[in-house]
Amino acid sequence: MLSYALRRLLSAIPTLFIIVTASFFMMRLAPGGPFDQERTLEATVMANLNATFGLDKPLWQQYGIYLSNLFQGDMGPSFIYRDKRVHEILAEGLPISVQLGATALILALVLGALLGSIAALRQNTKTDFAVIAVATFGITVPNFVVAPVLSLVFAVILSWLPAQGWGQWNQMILPVIALALPQIAVVTRLIRGSMIEALRSDHVRTARAYGLPTHMVVGKHALRAAILPAISYLGPAAAALLTGSIVVEQVFNLPGIGRYFVIGALNRDYTLVMGTVVIVAVFVVVFNLIVDLLYAVLDPRVRYD
Amino acid sequence: MAKEIHKDRVLEIDDIRVNFDTPDGTVEAVRGVSMHVQRGETVAVVGESGSGKSQIMMSAMGLLASNGHATGSVRYRGDEILNLPVKKLNKIRGAKISMIFQEPMTSLDPLYTIQDQLCEPLMVHGGMSRSKARARVLELLKLVQIPDPERRMKSYPYEMSGGQRQRVMIAMALANDPDLLIADEPTTALDVTIQADILHLLAELQARLGMSILFITHDLGIVEAFADRVYVMRKGQLEEEGATEQIFHNPATDYTRMLLDAEPSGEKYAPDADAEVMLSGKDVVVTFGAPGGFLRKDTQFTAVKGIDVALHQEQTIGIVGESGSGKSTLGRALLQLLPSDGRVVYLGQEISGLDRSHMKPYRDGLQMVFQDPYGSLSPRMTVSEIITEGLLVHEPGLSQRERADRAAQALEDVGLEASMRNRFPHEFSGGQRQRIAIARAVVLRPKVIVLDEPTSALDRSVQKQVIELLRRLQKEHSLSYLFISHDLAVVRALSDYVMVMREGEVVEQGLTEQVFDNPTQEYTRDLMRAAFDLREILREKLA
Amino acid sequence: MTDMTVDNAPIQGESRSLWATAMLRLRRNKAAMASIFVLIILALAGIFGPMLAPHSYSKVYPEFVKVKPSLESYPQEEQVIPAAESALRRARVDLGAIDVEDGKVRIEVSSDSRDIDPRISRYLDRSSVFSDAEITVDPTDPKKGVIEASVQQLYFLMGTDANGRDLFSRILISLRISLMIGALATAVALTIGVIYGATAGFIGGRVDNVMMRFVDVMYSLPFVFFVILLVVFFGRNLVLMFLAVGAVEWLDMARITRGQTLSLRRREFVQAAEALGVSGKSIVRRHIIPNTAGTVIIYMTLLIPKVILLESFLSFLGLGVQEPLTSLGVLISEGAKNMRNAPFMLFYPAATMTILLFALNFLGDGLRDALDPKDR
Repeated sequence: MLSYALRRLLSAIPTLFIIVTASFFMMRLAPGGPFDQERTLEATVMANLNATFGLDKPLWQQYGIYLSNLFQGDMGPSFIYRDKRVHEILAEGLPISVQLGATALILALVLGALLGSIAALRQNTKTDFAVIAVATFGITVPNFVVAPVLSLVFAVILSWLPAQGWGQWNQMILPVIALALPQIAVVTRLIRGSMIEALRSDHVRTARAYGLPTHMVVGKHALRAAILPAISYLGPAAAALLTGSIVVEQVFNLPGIGRYFVIGALNRDYTLVMGTVVIVAVFVVVFNLIVDLLYAVLDPRVRYD
Repeated sequence: MAKEIHKDRVLEIDDIRVNFDTPDGTVEAVRGVSMHVQRGETVAVVGESGSGKSQIMMSAMGLLASNGHATGSVRYRGDEILNLPVKKLNKIRGAKISMIFQEPMTSLDPLYTIQDQLCEPLMVHGGMSRSKARARVLELLKLVQIPDPERRMKSYPYEMSGGQRQRVMIAMALANDPDLLIADEPTTALDVTIQADILHLLAELQARLGMSILFITHDLGIVEAFADRVYVMRKGQLEEEGATEQIFHNPATDYTRMLLDAEPSGEKYAPDADAEVMLSGKDVVVTFGAPGGFLRKDTQFTAVKGIDVALHQEQTIGIVGESGSGKSTLGRALLQLLPSDGRVVYLGQEISGLDRSHMKPYRDGLQMVFQDPYGSLSPRMTVSEIITEGLLVHEPGLSQRERADRAAQALEDVGLEASMRNRFPHEFSGGQRQRIAIARAVVLRPKVIVLDEPTSALDRSVQKQVIELLRRLQKEHSLSYLFISHDLAVVRALSDYVMVMREGEVVEQGLTEQVFDNPTQEYTRDLMRAAFDLREILREKLA
Repeated sequence: MTDMTVDNAPIQGESRSLWATAMLRLRRNKAAMASIFVLIILALAGIFGPMLAPHSYSKVYPEFVKVKPSLESYPQEEQVIPAAESALRRARVDLGAIDVEDGKVRIEVSSDSRDIDPRISRYLDRSSVFSDAEITVDPTDPKKGVIEASVQQLYFLMGTDANGRDLFSRILISLRISLMIGALATAVALTIGVIYGATAGFIGGRVDNVMMRFVDVMYSLPFVFFVILLVVFFGRNLVLMFLAVGAVEWLDMARITRGQTLSLRRREFVQAAEALGVSGKSIVRRHIIPNTAGTVIIYMTLLIPKVILLESFLSFLGLGVQEPLTSLGVLISEGAKNMRNAPFMLFYPAATMTILLFALNFLGDGLRDALDPKDR
């Protein structure tokens, strides 16, 4: 298992390399540059700026410098936040995004498993239809609707919770709900489907035929099989959640890293964009690995050697 | 109506009816069946697929699918148990009545060890502590003769063979000393030699522990060897019942007689020794997987290890072997449907290693019929499209009219009406589908047909018709067959030459009579005995 | 041998293909049929609505900014007089009695210093509240006059937005844009995905490995970054935008088609076709594609809402369609900004979006149940 994990981590290196290379050159091919807004600048000043940031060098040389810096954990200077390095900017926001994302993730898994199991056990009853309707609602209504509405109802109208900001525990509640809602819906539907299948499987029939009480049949035998598809969904979803949500951060005014995706791309802040790309790619790779390892723990048939 | 209470009846079923609600209406699976099991008795319920035999037991045990309903009465020692609330039913199932199922591969939870699963019923019903339950598990595994039980306790089901898993299931069934063991086709998915072992184990345990056994099967050979009393079911109703002797020697109904008669019969005479060699293979090797490399495990596996075969005109070579012996792989390799090494010659022309387009001119002469009649017909094509597809490839000059005529002719050849040609495969029964598959092969007027377990998925009575059909077609069209099957009775009835395969190698080969009547190898002998002398095996070992 | 013929018994009833059976099943699913009905209405509304709507989606009514939805016409009674007053403020005349009656307004004007200039009626016409203004200067006293004008009857069923544009018309045009993007981007994703996936699955081996590795790499790219980059690349052009969205969304489709193709290749009927000597191309055409069609259709109905959501998301970020064109995402984003004083601006677009997506999702579920006879 350990050697498998190591091997997977090693094989992630070429993947990351391809991603970094592809996005580096794609970004550079896009029209426009980081100093377009400052067109009023004189040519000499512009040249100076370009020289400071190394943009005057040939592209492949810039690429080489970027790679070697990245290798040493330096993501280069930001073009818009001129006094900071990109990894410093990201290091400030990441803990906030991760904290939010992780809470939402746990909420999604627990509530999703619960609701999905209940619906599956009561298949085709009113309870089931109610759960499906709520889940469909959660999937359909985009979070840029959910987030403002939550803020309007609970912060503005009812004044129960703060509308925005970061630092106190109660400032986390609304963003976490907004983040978790669609995930809860997806997990509920996934678990419901796989649970129905699991409940029909031969080994669950065996458990029932041997008079095991329902909580054992469902909790021990059916749920463990049913949770596997949800876990493989949650891998990529976790990577997306933990690296911040643009919408939720914007609506609740949170200093996470989600907003840098947009700010970076719109301003041609090459290094900032590359930084976000690297962070997301690393999370995706790591979470895919975690999913595979979790699979091996939950399902003894899966063996990596 | 006052019901008589029979104290010595472990299980009594009265007028049970089972219905299923499907999107296409209600299906009556069981239509009023009554039966009973005495203490210490072995009762068999026999019937073909769809006769409703399993559904009776499922409803008795509260295991019906959610769209099924059962009415009537099921009593365990006089107490009603049909449609009992789960909590009350759980006091009976697993404790007083236990059950083993057809699929040993899937009936155990793949995610828990054997020990975990065996402990559960002990702890739930017997109120044992975990450590006590564990000791009892070990005892049980010894009882069902699992080798090295201490180690096996900690195994997962996937680490065991089918036979061993079924032993584990039996151990689980015996855990709480039940009064009745319901066995639902427990050996159908197993190879014959393992089937004999399992049946023997069941018989021995019954003799020792004295429980009753209710055995559900479609296999009359097992019934004859194993049961005291038989219920014959057909289309959800009871056809007849009686002592095994009586049913087998004096069947009361035509249906039972037909079932008994359905055992494949007849023989095939060998063609002249100088008959033309149609298809031959020399030193055929098939390897799957990839060789090992940097950080990668060697997954190479040789399924066929250098086999020679020569099929003469109008000859039928039977290839027998248990699962995993490589017999199907050999058939596919000879037809160049799998990459293989060795030399394959068809009508004097070497065809080994030819790619798809170079193989095309030979394909009309080399046809294949597959095992699963449900999977081998393209579900979205009509019967006539399925049958004429090969004609489009090999005789593109035919007009639509001529193609339709050929298809109608082929359908007639296999005993189907030409009017069925515009229907879709899912509208046909298993036997009819297999006929369609055969029609698809014969419409091209092939010389050689590889038959890969063509009768294994069919009921005995249907099987017999397909055998007759294959025999007739062989005569009419001078066909040569390569007949692959694990079913020795069918192979004996159809082939004149037999090759016995095991783990990719030919163990023994020769004329059918010779191999079947005077096997020279130990393995062949075991195989023959397990298939034909089940009764003797059971009797002999019990004595 | 009475029963030996059973197996050859002709089957009764009408012959039905799997498609026909699936359609029958779908017809029995009330939620799915209702969804189809709703989708047809929404599509018609999107296609013909903007032509029939009383207001152009881009027409600005400065007097009616963020007015509440109402079944009654605007201007309301009490708004007419202030509207007239404000319209005539620049005419530098004194206003006398103002009467409103039967959709007409009658304003007495007078001036102390000079004669009434008849051209001042244009001030009224210029306002979107009034039309056909006519002035009659008192023949006896040129310093007095009466202006008569019809009061517009404007209906804003769903209110107006922050610029004073009719929300209903904007929702109709946004429905058109969203549906168009949904359909076209899905078509792009479908085409790329199916061809890519089927090729990888059918060729198999090393080619398959490389092709799928590429998909994996694409998956690891931050999705938002990728779309933003594409949009930045192509500029904010409508056609190019849904090409971009489609080009991103094909990954799932490719995976699904590949999986289907791989499992179909192992099916015996494909092997049977190979044994018949059918060429690879024909196998794909006759055996593989018809059998993946069910899954593809199901996935398509689920992809359309995803694409619409993605477009809305981009619009929400300000990267979507450009003014004065609009999409549901733009409207929702504007609504979110104004929800405190004009909650209807959020409510109506969000409700439209929700109904649309609900219908698509229920249709997708219904199709899955109908086409996948596993019967969940």
